[in-house]
Amino acid sequence: MRTILLGLLTLVGLSAQNTVVIQNGIIHTVTKGTITGSVVIVNGKITEVGEKVMTPAGAKIVDASGKHVIPGIIDCHTHIAVDAINEGSVSVSSMVGVDDVVNNERMDIYRALAGGVTTANVLHGSANAIGGRNVVLKMRWGKDADGLVFKEAKPGLKMALGENPKRQGMQTTGFGAQAGQQNLRYPGTRMGVEDVIREAFTNAKEYQKEWKDYEAKKARGEMALPPRRDLQLETLVEVLEGKRLVHAHCYRADEILMLLRVSQEFGFKIATLQHVLEGYKVAKEIAAAGVGASTFSDWWSYKVEAYDAIPYNAAVLQKKGVLVSLNSDDAGGAELMRRLNTEAGKIMKYGGVTEDEALAMITINPAKQLGIDQYVGSIEAGKQADLVIYDKDPLSIFSKVEKVFIDGQQYFDRDGDMSARPRKEAEKKGLLEKEKETERRNAPQTRRPS
Amino acid sequence: MRSRGLLGIILAASVYAGANDTMLIRNATVHPVSGPKQENVSVLVVDGKIAEVGAKIATKGKIKIVEGKGLHVYPGMIDSGSPVGMSEISSVRETTDTGELGDFNPQLRALIAVNPESEHIPVVRANGITSVMVLPGSMGGRGGGGGSIISGQVSMIHLDGWTWEEMEIKRDAALQLVWPAIASRGRGATDDDLPPALAARRMTFAQAKRNQEEEVRKLKEFVEAARRYQKAKAGKEPGLKPDLKFEAMLPVLDGKRPIMVLASREREIREAVDWAERERLKIVLANVREPGKMTEELARKKIPVILGSPFTTPIDDDAAYDEPFTLAALLNKAGVKIAFASFGTQFARNLPYEAGQSVAFGLPYDEALKSVTLNAAEIWGVADQYGSIEPGKWADLVVTDGDLLEVKTNVKMMFIKGAPVDLESKHTKLYKKYLARP
Repeated sequence: MRTILLGLLTLVGLSAQNTVVIQNGIIHTVTKGTITGSVVIVNGKITEVGEKVMTPAGAKIVDASGKHVIPGIIDCHTHIAVDAINEGSVSVSSMVGVDDVVNNERMDIYRALAGGVTTANVLHGSANAIGGRNVVLKMRWGKDADGLVFKEAKPGLKMALGENPKRQGMQTTGFGAQAGQQNLRYPGTRMGVEDVIREAFTNAKEYQKEWKDYEAKKARGEMALPPRRDLQLETLVEVLEGKRLVHAHCYRADEILMLLRVSQEFGFKIATLQHVLEGYKVAKEIAAAGVGASTFSDWWSYKVEAYDAIPYNAAVLQKKGVLVSLNSDDAGGAELMRRLNTEAGKIMKYGGVTEDEALAMITINPAKQLGIDQYVGSIEAGKQADLVIYDKDPLSIFSKVEKVFIDGQQYFDRDGDMSARPRKEAEKKGLLEKEKETERRNAPQTRRPS
Repeated sequence: MRSRGLLGIILAASVYAGANDTMLIRNATVHPVSGPKQENVSVLVVDGKIAEVGAKIATKGKIKIVEGKGLHVYPGMIDSGSPVGMSEISSVRETTDTGELGDFNPQLRALIAVNPESEHIPVVRANGITSVMVLPGSMGGRGGGGGSIISGQVSMIHLDGWTWEEMEIKRDAALQLVWPAIASRGRGATDDDLPPALAARRMTFAQAKRNQEEEVRKLKEFVEAARRYQKAKAGKEPGLKPDLKFEAMLPVLDGKRPIMVLASREREIREAVDWAERERLKIVLANVREPGKMTEELARKKIPVILGSPFTTPIDDDAAYDEPFTLAALLNKAGVKIAFASFGTQFARNLPYEAGQSVAFGLPYDEALKSVTLNAAEIWGVADQYGSIEPGKWADLVVTDGDLLEVKTNVKMMFIKGAPVDLESKHTKLYKKYLARP
């Protein structure tokens, strides 16, 4: 009862305080330079950014003197906050989606939030050439599964090339392979991966045509039976019609080029090449195709197709005209997610991008890639107030996140987190004691009276 | 790779001006680590060793001058545990030589399986790491048998040399021991994170505890057997046949060689510390993650701790989100000597950032710098020759354009025993090649 009351009071408090001013911070707008000034937030949206702003009466003031403010970090490739990642039994699984298995209680959401991430592209895994639907979430810790969803984000579909989708078709007994596996699944080669994609989109085109023919007949007033609905192909038709973004897992230059050509042939667009570790080898082709790249900073050598990965990848791609973001690929725990800021800092070293270019790789660039740049990704009037306050230069290893705002609401506060620890520790101890007591009470007695 | 040896020493006095390992690094900011940083000073290196650090250094005759204006000089960093050179592509068993089969392998030496041509070596050293403690055992994850309790001898190597012999600093620097842990849980946070095959292997706590106790019993038995061998040998018992495993245990039993004991959580740490005390063995704890109530005791007993990467998530869901980030500060505050290790190959180059991240969460900066240099040298018994910029020590030096622990900093030059080291790698070569692609 007490908690409910407390919750109500908090809610009332929030609605009364719908104006927030973050004052005197070093504001990295990312798109419009860096200023020392303030950000005004009204009803969850940024209304003003400037060296001098009007502070509305009754506004909640957040003092950011000497601190750095950046747009909320956007992670373009994660597998957090979900209870399943791969539907790996088929090579084309476009009828499933991780949007159906969002678990709002997973701790990785809070940990990502504490690392300055406000938006995450949650993708299906890479077991299949054509994977499942994605979901874009905001790290609104405490909200239910629906409350996490970034409603305005464009839907997406995962695709995957190379070692992962062909693994279940490989008859090798090598380390990491499925030794002696009986149930091999097509494809087992990069040739087969191309074929799976080609077959699937050929079918999708047929399916699209059936529906178009039906709609046309109906429009003409002719008798027509609707085609049988196919959920697998329906998703692919959305891709063909530009209603769904493709995020394609890839490593080697050859397979990247293959996908670019297949997509051009079928007339659909790849939104992002994910990982794209050999992207630097075909940067020219990627740029010409107008396709984005979302990569790691310095991962390499964990598998054969990652052996030519270089930490200069992001910088080369960007210099050659590709829109680049950095991602974590975190699954089962937010690890890299909580330090994407220093991952961006590394790109200043590996390839010499500027501070703003580095920050863009974790804010406005992934926002563009996910089609949400009109809402988030920079500190500009009119955008949703997703902001992170750091104690020091956010691209430095010596900095840490102090506060995180999503839609103008404070969802993380380091001081608050730390001061709540003794209470949580005591609560945990109490629960453990209670559990032990119950165990003792329920334990079978050794000697019973007969 | 470097011309030293008898001839070099004889001729040194007359020709050192032209030698590859004699030079003056001029007008730099020097971070000796053993003392406060000094601005606008020079470092004189003679025959590979640091001769002098000071504002005005008199040099005789012609000497190689390295301009250090605007640059920083640090001692080369030491990674206190990594399979660099022993594992090329971690997911391909054929390229990995850590993790031999069998429970007790003290006779194995990591040094002899170091491939000097590994692409990892130039990549790692380009970030300022001059030396590594190469581990014979896997970290309990993938790679080889991986299940050993005693994995073999850890060797300290330089990340430069034509052969592993040339790379050697200390071939039997420590013995690697993985303290048996109660493994009733997988590595993932919940059941759902585990693949079905792993989930099926999960067991009840009681079962896992029995297994662990059995493994500890086997370990104790092995060490007792080694003791009997030691006694028999000392007593020149007739008919005693040489046993390579027990032979390899002798310096450890004498307390001359430390055991690097991998133990993550409080329970394992306590067991390992109690055991070592009873057996009078010298131990260094490694991969410590949740020392809990053992923290004070480690400080009191002066047991050093090698920390793995803080770039991980807390083991438990209900732990503080920053637990891995604050661990170094917590141990340091309690008075425990710490050093960092990468415990891997692909992120070994990020060793300085492990220390840097810990600074953000409370570790004093000077201590962070020591944890990747002097502390490591002290823990592994090579501080008379390495770990700081002091006269008489080998000139393992890193020259940077900024803070060594900062992600944006570039390493501009590196010297191992005073000789310049190539900073090019597979990565820089591919970078240049494809940047220039028309």
